Amino acid sequence: MKPIVILTTFIAFSLVGSLRAGELNELINHYAALAKTQDALFDGFDVGRGKSLYITKSLDGKKDTPSCTTCHTNDPTKAGETRAGKTIDPMAASASPQRYQSLKKAEKWFRRNCKSVLGRECTVTEKGDFLTYMKNS
Amino acid sequence: MNIFADNGYIEPVTDRVTKEECNACHFAFPAMLLPQASWRKILENLENHFGEDASLDSQTTQHISQYLASRSGDAGSTPSKFIWGLDNEDPPIRITETEYWIEKHPHISEEKLKSGLAGLKAICTVCHLRAVNGVYKYE
Repeated sequence: MKPIVILTTFIAFSLVGSLRAGELNELINHYAALAKTQDALFDGFDVGRGKSLYITKSLDGKKDTPSCTTCHTNDPTKAGETRAGKTIDPMAASASPQRYQSLKKAEKWFRRNCKSVLGRECTVTEKGDFLTYMKNS
Repeated sequence: MNIFADNGYIEPVTDRVTKEECNACHFAFPAMLLPQASWRKILENLENHFGEDASLDSQTTQHISQYLASRSGDAGSTPSKFIWGLDNEDPPIRITETEYWIEKHPHISEEKLKSGLAGLKAICTVCHLRAVNGVYKYE
């Protein structure tokens, strides 16, 4: 068992290195590899769960940002707007193909926005589900 | 250009990292409009930044903090007019709470803001069309 965990961890870290030129698929693969190390029964990400995460209102986060849709709108192919009035490029990969190129950037915004909306950091599965929804939007 | 002069010019954020991070969510407000104590208060509480988590890694936070302090309203030998009358013990975290801003914007009444223009105060560029270049002359 142990060598497998080490190998998977190694693969996960290798992926981080190759993300610079990467695409959304590589980002999703990274989270999938991570999910497998955490849960042997992990069987892939889910568009529906990603959509649900995107639109569901939470009472546990900050009151001004109850859901992702507060700033990103209900339709991820549309541009959003920050509470301070700045336009946000669409989240959907089809509308913003250049968006998903850096794991560092993805991690930064997941950390901030999950804490703002949910009052906690997102799980690896939630991150993968979210990105899978954006890939298919 | 003299950044303290009363010619409608306020130096925009020139530091690349600061500009990029602030500008990700809002117009990057000029450092000069608040004193160091205000910027420190803001940077120390990025987890609760006007209702959102805007936290950054400590290295980036430190960098931005140093830049803003170096160009803040009280960085020079004479405090800028923008921060006159402010209490350093209880510094404002909103530029729109400084006496200078309030005095200069009598036309932006609370009434107007309530009638659908809420948030307007955070967007200098709505009225100051060339604010990104530091030009604040009323146009």
